[in-house]
Amino acid sequence: MTLILSVLEQGFIYGVMALGVYITYKILDFPDLTVDGSFPMGAAIGAVMITNGIHPILTLFASFTAGAFAGILTGIIHVKCKVRDLLSGIIMMTALYTINLRITGKANVPLYHKVTVFENKVTESFLGGVLTPVRTLLVILVITIGVKYLLDWYLSTHSGYLLRAVGDNDTFVTSMGVEKGRVKIIGLAIANGLVALGGCLFAQQQRFFDISMGTGTVVIGLASVIIGTSLLKKVTLLRITTSVIVGSVFYKACVALALRYMKVIHLQSKDLKLVTSVLFLVILIAAQERKKKVKINA
Amino acid sequence: MLELKHVTKHYNLGTVNELCLFQDFNLVVPDRQFVSVVGSNGSGKTSMLNLICGSIDMDQGQILANGMDITGKKDFERHQSIGRVYQDPAKGTCPSMTILENMSIADHKGKGYGLGQGKNKGKAEEYRKMLRSLNLGLEDKLEVKAGALSGGQRQALALLMATMTPIEFLILDEHTAALDPKTAELVMELTGKIVREKQVTTIMVTHNLRYAVEYGDRLLMMHQGSIVMDCAGEEKAKLKVEDILQTFNEISIECGN
Repeated sequence: MTLILSVLEQGFIYGVMALGVYITYKILDFPDLTVDGSFPMGAAIGAVMITNGIHPILTLFASFTAGAFAGILTGIIHVKCKVRDLLSGIIMMTALYTINLRITGKANVPLYHKVTVFENKVTESFLGGVLTPVRTLLVILVITIGVKYLLDWYLSTHSGYLLRAVGDNDTFVTSMGVEKGRVKIIGLAIANGLVALGGCLFAQQQRFFDISMGTGTVVIGLASVIIGTSLLKKVTLLRITTSVIVGSVFYKACVALALRYMKVIHLQSKDLKLVTSVLFLVILIAAQERKKKVKINA
Repeated sequence: MLELKHVTKHYNLGTVNELCLFQDFNLVVPDRQFVSVVGSNGSGKTSMLNLICGSIDMDQGQILANGMDITGKKDFERHQSIGRVYQDPAKGTCPSMTILENMSIADHKGKGYGLGQGKNKGKAEEYRKMLRSLNLGLEDKLEVKAGALSGGQRQALALLMATMTPIEFLILDEHTAALDPKTAELVMELTGKIVREKQVTTIMVTHNLRYAVEYGDRLLMMHQGSIVMDCAGEEKAKLKVEDILQTFNEISIECGN
């Protein structure tokens, strides 16, 4: 039961992050590695604000803003300095490592017995009694679903249409008299804002911040997006943002199962990253397989 | 009115492959004129359109739109008053977005892309009417992705979208070249109709000499970066395909094609 609960909690938190990766990877067609730096940045900001006794709701807005700022910088490096997309992300990811250390001042920040978005007076009074074990999950659900609907709404506005157009056909955006670089920067800002928000939630759920917690975020994000858009999209009628979140939960479940049965093949918990990357590879191949089948049938 | 004054353009300047395309090139297109441009490959037709649209930079010279110098303006700024249809049908629409979404973007050109909802029921009816006038059955496909349409359908849609908002110049870059003869004919007829209705200043590059003769009220033939034939008005109206074919053959023989 605890295992299922923690899979759901982490799956939905990573779902917020995956929505950000969905924007860059699927909509903008931009392989954005900034994510590995902006996820722990959100966590760092959340950790520092909470240890200083600032209201936890404010941490969400602060981390989103900081993440958006990081995304804007990646965008400026790419668009204005004309650095390749992959390299722009790597530059920011590396720079953010130092920034994150500067924000917290140390590599570890524990958040035990602190007031968080999940554990505060309001949630304790509304979600007490029998709901206590699922209190964190319920708060996460409200936030994740809220974020999903906000993103759905944005993508259906004129500005959102333009964002979808720029990844699809940037010549078309120029033809519409709009600077395509600006649209890309907006997309990167929203994406990294969501990633940092995910990081902030994750630190509060785990009750600690660790400088290395961002490593591999992009792999988790991509895996969730690919499960959501390639595998789940074929079998369900869910909205694409919903299937990305479901993809994230699904991926977390796969990792949890893998961790459980790792001992059978003499792997230890320190081998986690290897398992993650193999799992990602399997997902990629599985997604490809489906594409081929569709082509043959068509 | 569109004016190109003393335009000079080199490719690969300073290398062994240096190529001087335009040397003191001049062109004036008065308001509401429909110009068709023909010429062999490498004669500078598409380069001229790219210079006008700001897709490539020029070395020297000036471009004036309605008397205003737009030489220093970026491509996207110039496109605010320019509608453009490309040779590649894929360039004029967004493949993964529906016809309705594509048209909504095109309809919003120049109005700023804010946080208003992209879909609008009243507008959808209006778009349906516009699509019906194309006679391609697109009016029932508002929710179909543009990528699923045929080349001809996409090009017709691109043409419609390029002229949805008031523009000053319409730039057609071999927009029928990638289509089969029958579809090309259809898109060309549509082009003639739209240009007449909207009274928009148009420059059309084409490899089809018949279209160049039949459509438009001025014909330019380009060769090695200069205009070798320019006729308008009565003279243009009397022009036959055979007449320009002869001139065309002469210049082609000259460069050994």
